Amino acid sequence: MAERAEPLPARRTWRLSPGVKRLLAMPLRDPFAFAGIVIYLAFALVALSADRLAPVDPMEILFTKAGKVAANMPPSAEFLLGTTNLGRDIYAQLVHGTRSALAVGLSAAVIVATVGTVVGLVSGYFGGWIDALLMRIADMALSLPFLPFVIVLTGFLGAETENIVAAVALLLWPNSARVIRSQVLSLRERAYVEAARVTGANQWRILFVHIAPNILPLSFVYAAIAIGWAIITEASVNFLGFGDPTSVSWGMMLQDAFSSQALSRGQYAWFVPPGLCIILVVVAGFFISRGYEEVFMPRLRGR
Amino acid sequence: MKLVLERFAHNALALLAVTTILFFMFRLMPGTPLAAFINENLNADQQQAMLQQFGLDKPLWQQYFIYLGNLLGGQMGLSFFQRRPVTDILLEVLPNSIILTLTSLIIAYVFGVLAGAWLAWKRGSWLERVAVPVVLATRAAPEFWIGMVLLAFLSFNLGWFPSGGASSPGLAYTSNWQRILSLDYVQHLALPVITLALYLQGLPLLLMRSNMLEVMHEEFVTMARMKGLSEWRIVIGHAARNALLPVVTAFALGVGLSMGGNVVIETVFSWPGIGRMLVQAVSVHDYPLAQGAFLMIALVLALMNFVADLLYMVLDPRVSHGRKS
Repeated sequence: MAERAEPLPARRTWRLSPGVKRLLAMPLRDPFAFAGIVIYLAFALVALSADRLAPVDPMEILFTKAGKVAANMPPSAEFLLGTTNLGRDIYAQLVHGTRSALAVGLSAAVIVATVGTVVGLVSGYFGGWIDALLMRIADMALSLPFLPFVIVLTGFLGAETENIVAAVALLLWPNSARVIRSQVLSLRERAYVEAARVTGANQWRILFVHIAPNILPLSFVYAAIAIGWAIITEASVNFLGFGDPTSVSWGMMLQDAFSSQALSRGQYAWFVPPGLCIILVVVAGFFISRGYEEVFMPRLRGR
Repeated sequence: MKLVLERFAHNALALLAVTTILFFMFRLMPGTPLAAFINENLNADQQQAMLQQFGLDKPLWQQYFIYLGNLLGGQMGLSFFQRRPVTDILLEVLPNSIILTLTSLIIAYVFGVLAGAWLAWKRGSWLERVAVPVVLATRAAPEFWIGMVLLAFLSFNLGWFPSGGASSPGLAYTSNWQRILSLDYVQHLALPVITLALYLQGLPLLLMRSNMLEVMHEEFVTMARMKGLSEWRIVIGHAARNALLPVVTAFALGVGLSMGGNVVIETVFSWPGIGRMLVQAVSVHDYPLAQGAFLMIALVLALMNFVADLLYMVLDPRVSHGRKS
């Protein structure tokens, strides 16, 4: 019993396909990708411990000891980044904004990567009318102007964050689907796929067990890019005044600062930090996708 | 030629699809398209007569074809709030958007191409190691945030530029051209252009750099080296010319894309362009105007995609030949 089972469990638990294994090991090989992962983890940590890092309610109107509204206070030990014109703590808003940024970014990334991957796989592997249909839909989505579409949709459907995520996902999946499709087209002809087919493997099994693991790095590239796009788009929509005014986000902070003349008062501590945070998250996505491209697809480098 | 027609048909169909989506999307929105004309003084019969007059009593698919027919004739209906033809309003602001977009793109691409080629040449130096992440950061920044920082610093703090709009109040011009060519207009244009150019230069720069790195290893460059040409001649005369092809295509695509992206820049600087018009129209639920502005942006996008396709075919014979065989 013990003799028979000995080699098997060890192999079963580590039967990750080589594609998946390389995917997980990649950040250690590329310093840029490593930096990207570190940035993501740091923001995730801030988001998780936001209540402890900034115990003040970001929307609460604060008062000074003299009993006046603590409006437009400069940065100090009490208010690390000062206060808004309505006496809200900017540092608390920045810290709590991390949550909505990551929520928006991650949900958009998951949808984009999932839809893009499945459509790309099905379209590339089966071809025929289903491929033609899916690719025409992709063309259509790509010919919609990005930001105007998101604005029109959220402007009319309502400012809920889900609508913004849905609009972003609706417009971003075609990019990943197209690239993954072309990759599947070439993988389909490889010898090992042919071998699986000859041994009588089921179509779906070939697609999801033999081909899918090899295009996972591409899915990750597009997921990483989608995180950044979603966060920038959410910020832009908020900035244009179509956002959800009750939720604390970096975009809402920038909109608030802009519309209450923080620019002419030179309250840099109000509107510079949210922008820098957005840059960091987006750059992290660039770094990660760059890393995956360099390791897995040297030909795509720099695009 | 067949390929050209094929690409044209492709882009035209995409535009038609966008128009269709848009028509039904706006028609399903809450509110009646007649909101601007109906008031309490009209009784039910008069309202009905009005519906008939505008063709709104017909089935939706008939309305759709009437709409398409009107579009082809250049009619986009009346704005709810301005009570003027949408086409007139849009044509009034369109030049502002085009001037802003083209000026910034040209500056961004001239700078991006030169800097990209130079960085490729300096491959491996400390300068390259610093410059590439910095350029990535400019691509990662929200456009409107770059605008806000520049506005606060250069305009409010230093007072070098006006803080918004396209002309100073109180100035009168005899013609639109005179207004656009005036010094005042250029002063107002400067800051939005700087912002947009700063945001846009990243793509051509990185594209040029990676193309140069690739091209420098190709046989014809080795050939030029063997002929004993100077390094400068090789970079400019041989490598750069070929590395430039994808950048030219990207430029055409960039015109289409940034027309849509201008929405936020135009809002930051209160620049009276088509993007700001769209934002205003959506926020006051002026459907015809919003629909028109959106279509105009989509039209530019489709047109520029087509131009990019053409450029690609003309500039890179491999594309057209590769597809024929």
